[in-house]
Amino acid sequence: MHRRHRLVVASAIGSALPIALVLAACSGGGGDQKSGAGAPNGGSSTAGADLTGAGATFPYPIYSKWFSDYAAKTGVKINYQSIGSGGGIRQLTEGTVDFGASDAPMSDAELAKTKGPVLHVPTVMGAVVVTYNVPGVTQPLRLTGDVIANAFLGKITKWNDPRIAALNPGVTLPLTDVLVVHRSDGSGTTYIFSDYLTAVSPAWAKAPGRGKELQWPGGMGGKGNEGVAGQVKQTPGAIGYVELAYAKQNHLAYATVKNANGEFVVPTIESVTAAGAGAAATLPPNTDFRVSIVNAPGAGAYPISSFTYLLLNKTPTDAAKGKKLLDFVKWALSDGEQSAAALDYAPLPPAIVSRINARLDSLSVGATS
Amino acid sequence: MTGAAVSSEQAGSPRERPTTPSGADALGPKRLGARIQGAVIGDRIYSAAITLFALCVPALLILVAVEIFLGGWPALRRFGFSFLTSSAWDPVNGVFGAAPAIYGTLVSSAIALAIATPLAIGVALFLSEFAPQWLRQPVAFLVDLLAAVPSVVYGLWGVFVLLPVLRITVMPFLRDTLHLGVLPFFSGPAYGPSMLAAGLILSIMVLPYISSVSREVLLAVPRSQREAALALGATKWETIWGAVLPYAKSGIIGGVILGLGRALGETMAVTMLIGNRPQISASLFAPGYTMASLIANEFAEASGDLHLSALMAVGFVLFVITLIVNAIARWLVWQVSRAGGEKTA
Repeated sequence: MHRRHRLVVASAIGSALPIALVLAACSGGGGDQKSGAGAPNGGSSTAGADLTGAGATFPYPIYSKWFSDYAAKTGVKINYQSIGSGGGIRQLTEGTVDFGASDAPMSDAELAKTKGPVLHVPTVMGAVVVTYNVPGVTQPLRLTGDVIANAFLGKITKWNDPRIAALNPGVTLPLTDVLVVHRSDGSGTTYIFSDYLTAVSPAWAKAPGRGKELQWPGGMGGKGNEGVAGQVKQTPGAIGYVELAYAKQNHLAYATVKNANGEFVVPTIESVTAAGAGAAATLPPNTDFRVSIVNAPGAGAYPISSFTYLLLNKTPTDAAKGKKLLDFVKWALSDGEQSAAALDYAPLPPAIVSRINARLDSLSVGATS
Repeated sequence: MTGAAVSSEQAGSPRERPTTPSGADALGPKRLGARIQGAVIGDRIYSAAITLFALCVPALLILVAVEIFLGGWPALRRFGFSFLTSSAWDPVNGVFGAAPAIYGTLVSSAIALAIATPLAIGVALFLSEFAPQWLRQPVAFLVDLLAAVPSVVYGLWGVFVLLPVLRITVMPFLRDTLHLGVLPFFSGPAYGPSMLAAGLILSIMVLPYISSVSREVLLAVPRSQREAALALGATKWETIWGAVLPYAKSGIIGGVILGLGRALGETMAVTMLIGNRPQISASLFAPGYTMASLIANEFAEASGDLHLSALMAVGFVLFVITLIVNAIARWLVWQVSRAGGEKTA
């Protein structure tokens, strides 16, 4: 009898605990983002770092290369925790890091909560590609924003839909159902993709809109680029979206997309940089760079492109740190850009770099020292 | 609580000690008094320390619950009861309803238990009643090893092995060959990621918990139970069905509840296989969502305070559901053991 009793008690506690732990882990994560302690990417090395930052995961590979190159050159150590754009914005708002990083610009509501004004500095560019698994199709499909929006809205249900066929003469499209695969986790990739569809499709702008997480009209969610790519690869008829760098490195099939000029553009590092150059021409002189560059004008511009940003305090509390950070940013925008393409990031066009430098000078960030 | 426990013991001990017959004469009244005094103080410290340890676990649990509740309160207040019944989960417009995730959590766990329970009891019975001695330890070890496999590994296996098998073989077989497609549960297109896939992976994950506990319980059934049944001329089957299983029933239910707790809270493997679509569908072939996956997916990039609060509220609902399930389970075990007690009496 004793044994029986013990087992039951053990089971009751055992069944409650895993859930409590999941929740504790989650809420603990929230606490970390506020306190800045014990974050995933080795808080231990923070102690020896001159500058700390946190934020987007998308630019992490290029940022870590920059930080190590810069440390080798100048001895300034920078610690970066790739905890996601949202976490980066939260930590910057709390003042627990020297700089943040985000794929999407901060909203006005988010800016209102920060202690001082925040400067958005574009660093490199990325793009989102539309990947698919259409049996029998070998060459890249040609798609327009309108067709992509309709497919993801569930209004195009078969691959041999006349709207797709009209764009792809000579391609035999199968009578396969279109299955939408999207990101299930909150992501800058989803933000850029939905930003583009919002720009080109009034119907999309009305229904799901633009955000890091959406209320999708249908389809299924995969976790991370690898989750989406995995489901697209496995399921005939699937359509999804992933980062350009991920698609290149994993040799996925991806579509060419019609840009604002009416050309079908292959997503490449050059065509993404071209989008930046196209957008630069339309920026107002006093821009804060919190701009969307999807569907950018200009020849050869890939329409689903975006900046990724470093977020700097305009009036840093520690002026010496502010100066160090500013020096790093200037180095990154000149020397750093050279190593971007090798890691599948699109470097900023010179037109944008010169405008950022002009803005950094005019605002005299950290110049109090 | 602590004070009450200590003082009752304090009152109890001096009354008992002096009644020990020979000890009092041998030691003399003074030294005995000192020893009792020392023992009482030691007892008090010991009991206070143990009580403190014991209270740590519930205190931690309550702390977590309160923290999650406070975090989720803004969303719960804003949406009220519709948070539990609405299917809208729209972070862009700030409208949140957790019904599909609640439904998905309950259904995927139910599928898991429906598959795992008979299988696990079968494994436990084989190991305790039928298996030759040399086979018992290795098989028991391997089954227990299932519990040590990390969740993400189950998820990967599910993505690369289970999903293709489901999509290409199992789902068309159920729907078309067996004509179960006429039922709403097995209708619709077979994509792979689905409620069924999540339920299947969960069944594998909870199996070792149920079977381990059941095996222990079955091994604890006294030999006399079996011998008595056999002596009455019962077959092996009748012995197990009539004498062994009823004796072990409450323990086995305890094991099932342990598995259920695991299934309700499992996150990673389910996220990888369920398709993450916040929609209630009768078909087990359709993608779904669970509360744990919803939190895991959206917590890191939650945009805005209300979104964060809604996720905390989902966590709180999950917590409450787990408590309710546990309460029901304890009641069930109590009922079963009481019924069992009456029968044997």
